[in-house]
Amino acid sequence: MPIKVLSPGLATTVQDLGRPGYYHLGIPISGGMDRLALRAANMLVGNDEGAAVLEAVFMGPELEFTSDAMVAVTGAELPPKVDSDVREGWAAFEVKAGQTLSFEYLKSGARAYIAISGGVDVPVVLGSRSTYPLGALGGHEGRPLQAGDELPLGTGGGKAGTSVPENLRRGPGMPAELRVLTGIYWYRLTEEAQGNFFEDTWKVAPEADRIAYRFRGGRKASFVDREPPFGAGSDPSNIVDGCYPYGSIQMPGGTEPIVLHRDAVSGGGYFMLGTVISADMDLIGQLQPHVPTKFTEVDMETALGARHERHALLDNIREAIG
Amino acid sequence: MKTRYSFGGDEHIFVEVDEEMSMEAFFRSLSMTNAVRESKIRGVTEICPANASYQIKFDPDLISPDDMLAELKRLESSAEQADSVLKTRIIEIPVLYNDPWTHETLMRFRERHQDPNSTDLEYAARINNFTSVDDFIAAHSGAPWFVSMVGFVAGLPFMYQLADRQHQIEVPKYLSPRTDTPKLTVGYGGCFACIYSVRGAGGYQMFGITPMPIYDPNQEISYLRDFMVFFKPGDIVKFKPVDRDAYDAAVEEVEANRYAPLMRDVTFSLDDFEKDIDGYNKKLEEALHAN
Repeated sequence: MPIKVLSPGLATTVQDLGRPGYYHLGIPISGGMDRLALRAANMLVGNDEGAAVLEAVFMGPELEFTSDAMVAVTGAELPPKVDSDVREGWAAFEVKAGQTLSFEYLKSGARAYIAISGGVDVPVVLGSRSTYPLGALGGHEGRPLQAGDELPLGTGGGKAGTSVPENLRRGPGMPAELRVLTGIYWYRLTEEAQGNFFEDTWKVAPEADRIAYRFRGGRKASFVDREPPFGAGSDPSNIVDGCYPYGSIQMPGGTEPIVLHRDAVSGGGYFMLGTVISADMDLIGQLQPHVPTKFTEVDMETALGARHERHALLDNIREAIG
Repeated sequence: MKTRYSFGGDEHIFVEVDEEMSMEAFFRSLSMTNAVRESKIRGVTEICPANASYQIKFDPDLISPDDMLAELKRLESSAEQADSVLKTRIIEIPVLYNDPWTHETLMRFRERHQDPNSTDLEYAARINNFTSVDDFIAAHSGAPWFVSMVGFVAGLPFMYQLADRQHQIEVPKYLSPRTDTPKLTVGYGGCFACIYSVRGAGGYQMFGITPMPIYDPNQEISYLRDFMVFFKPGDIVKFKPVDRDAYDAAVEEVEANRYAPLMRDVTFSLDDFEKDIDGYNKKLEEALHAN
């Protein structure tokens, strides 16, 4: 029995763990921006960790249920309500047929993950149910939800009363810290610009979405002089168009760093100074505009250590929900 | 040409074959990515060839970044010996140059352009020393183009003209990217032509529009039924200037799902091409129009 969308929120999309394997054609991996929160939400309602959920940004949708289901909301602090009763985040609760799930105002973070027992059963496209709106691909009709949409649910799942202990919930710090492995075209920056990038406190710009997060407020970067390579273009921040890693940081014109995320453009003509480590990608999805952010330089050993810690945290959540 | 390796975080390796664009750099990047694909290294999740570079995404839980790097370096020497011959296809793409839709868009974003007082076509013609826009269009639609990368957004081809360097067109990107570009705009930035597969942001100069869709997520268009993305690296494109009537007629064909792109299988040899560029391009064009 489907869920009826009474109001869609700001930009609510169906997401799972994404669509690897098509980046060479410009089709990005997509999927939840905060994958730890997405996995935890699914665990709480007894779904596979990679089942499709709803990702709501800044503002929640209003959903009418036509059958009983278990629901869990994780990630941003966006308190869920069943009819008019507030429910706890990071915990499973029941919604009965005829009841409406809605949300209070956002208290912290940016993206909430709404898992429903059975998972959102939109068609699988290229191996995933994730929505890639720029390519009108996947999800519900390739776009964010609209009022009047009906979302089919799968079967299975459902376990009442479990929650993620508070010490295992993760959100961005204040100021947020993003750890960076420098490289790719890092050498294009002068020593002074390299120092400034890590010294300055940046702020999340209003242009922050699933494709990329832009930051502003730091000093403009200067470049090492060069003869432009053939085909790159005359600006010192231009390169011969190449691939962009997920999490890579470009800085067009040396002004505002842009960090690519799950719906990344797969390539282009701007130099990259480094890449945010995989363990910190989830945190970016929880940054609101204007949040002060520091980039910190780390080495590969630290990056792999952080990745390992994140795996351990997920294991602890699995164990706690059991 | 010296290959440079760099980690892109803990999940990617970025490999620059050459800092500047050339057909040699493209072919080396392509043979390296082919070698990576064939070697089936455990933990590789994405293999992305680009114009003069390539990128591998891998799972560091399955293969350590240092081991992944060593594997790629080992494959480099075997890839160098591969011949630069490709079995591929040539496709004719009709273009309405100076069309009303890109014109409306470029006027809307004039303050982001190097030369707010002329159009993108006029600007590109002038800085590339053409005496008129018509001459520029003749050069743009003269020699064929080689798809050297697919990406940016779903199915967008980057194309490099099959010409010697002094006949290559070069233009800068917009000073600041536009937030809008019509779907199927024929664009240009650096030494690359592109076709915007979907409507959206973009920084390339805009010269015209094609009626031929190149991406269909619903896979309803007859020639996109097998796969939603039309282009792959190595495809050869010949632009054909058309007038408004021919453009409208083609759009009607597309809408009735009767449009069939003109295309032929060809073999491209980089060595033969470089021995006689004009003669080789003539042969490619003959192959396109052969029965």
